[in-house]
Amino acid sequence: MAEYTVNARGLQCPGPLVALFNQSKVASPGDIIKIEVTDQGFKKDVQAWCKKTGNELTELKEENSCIFATIVKK
Amino acid sequence: MADSGKKTIIMFSGELDKAMAGFIIANGAAAMGDEVTMFFTFWGLNLLRKDEKVPVKKGFLEGMFGWMMPRGAGKPGLSKMNFGGMGKMMMKKIMKDKNVNSLPELLASAQAMGVKMIACTMSMDVMGIRKEEMIDGLEFAGVATYLGEADQAGVNLFI
Repeated sequence: MAEYTVNARGLQCPGPLVALFNQSKVASPGDIIKIEVTDQGFKKDVQAWCKKTGNELTELKEENSCIFATIVKK
Repeated sequence: MADSGKKTIIMFSGELDKAMAGFIIANGAAAMGDEVTMFFTFWGLNLLRKDEKVPVKKGFLEGMFGWMMPRGAGKPGLSKMNFGGMGKMMMKKIMKDKNVNSLPELLASAQAMGVKMIACTMSMDVMGIRKEEMIDGLEFAGVATYLGEADQAGVNLFI
């Protein structure tokens, strides 16, 4: 089981989603993807993305206006 | 509601702001795992032209049209507050400062994610745009092809 970290700080919509999607494509089921995003819309977007793609959002927090999300690839 | 897993977008307009909206939605949908088809017609076709001039044989009017219209995704101005290009320059600067992807970047990203782009052959004919003048990776078809795709899509936009 691998763990990936994606630094999407500074990217604007839809950049973080594209980065997350590209990482999830090369990941295997059970792998963990951690992504850091400064685009404030991502907080809602990552939830919609997980719901749509069937991946699991296990953590979502915000620190110093940066959003940290942890996703488990299904 | 069932998830169609498919989106279709008609790119009719050629202005920077409108085209950006279309390409951001296309990129977002592709990133959500959807199959996306963009159908380019009329002014939208100019977004798919190569930046450089391609020597092709054209009639006088076709040549004039081709000369007057913007070539490629890096050229178009804004639909509002363009002020002869000043508005466009300001918008481009702000977007660059704020790290928003440019239109050519969004186009390349959409293509890389497998967004299908169809150029309308009828409007190409009317506007005198030849296949040789268009970027690679396009399909050339008409309204029936687009409608066939739209039938399966859960979202269909006209931009």
